[in-house]
Amino acid sequence: MDLSMLWYLVPSVIMLVCGIYGFITRKNLIAILISLELMLNSADLNFVVFNRYLFPGSMDGMVFTLFAIAIAAAETAIAIAIIINIYRSIGNTDITEINKLKY
Amino acid sequence: MDSVGNIIVYFVVAIAIVVFSIKAVTTRKILRSATYLLFVLLSTAVIYFQLGYQFLGAVQIAVYAGGIMVLFVFAILLTHKPNDATGIIDSHRRAIGGTVAVAGGVLLLLALFFMPLLHGMSLTECIASGQQITMKEIGDAFTGSDRFQYLLPFEAISVLLLACIIGGVTIARKE
Repeated sequence: MDLSMLWYLVPSVIMLVCGIYGFITRKNLIAILISLELMLNSADLNFVVFNRYLFPGSMDGMVFTLFAIAIAAAETAIAIAIIINIYRSIGNTDITEINKLKY
Repeated sequence: MDSVGNIIVYFVVAIAIVVFSIKAVTTRKILRSATYLLFVLLSTAVIYFQLGYQFLGAVQIAVYAGGIMVLFVFAILLTHKPNDATGIIDSHRRAIGGTVAVAGGVLLLLALFFMPLLHGMSLTECIASGQQITMKEIGDAFTGSDRFQYLLPFEAISVLLLACIIGGVTIARKE
């Protein structure tokens, strides 16, 4: 039995689909951010798998995934800062209650 | 032909990814959701190790499973009581989400199974035919400006991280 490319892409598809489902159905800002991380992670996995199977001589997909991980860390830090600020001014992190800007 | 050990590792990790990502988006308690996300990230790191990218797996564990998850847990404990369940999702939104997710998943899986490139080499052949990625090569790739070298994005990332630090401090600071 061979482990071909398809085997690694199927878990990635399921991760992406779970992320989409959570992104639509969750009401909490942090839970939405968790779903976003799932989607990002599946994209990273795809880059690495395509690099390994289609272009085994180069390492561009790996480098791209490294950059994607760094950008994801930055994005998460900023998003959590914003969420904590929202919590401080409104008192919860429920998206149904956050429907006003300052003015 | 792949070894039995590789196949067993693959199945354990793939089942872990599927189960934990489904649980991460369906569980009611937010701290559990973050824990399941941690398990998904660790399983992804195992896949990176299995594909032969040791450095990438280490980065995934250090940055994602170490750094980002600490941020998540910190933010959850700052904004929730430990045993708080999040509000009940209305069935309308859940129906929309389920429809989009199932339709998208079926579409992507169909596209995967009909893609012509897929039934090529096995994992061991691919790893054997590729070059071994050493730390020296990764360092060269990040510090040169020739073809297939990435000095400019590397510097851009460092500026981005600096901007992110300043932005995070500015946003989260008390007045």
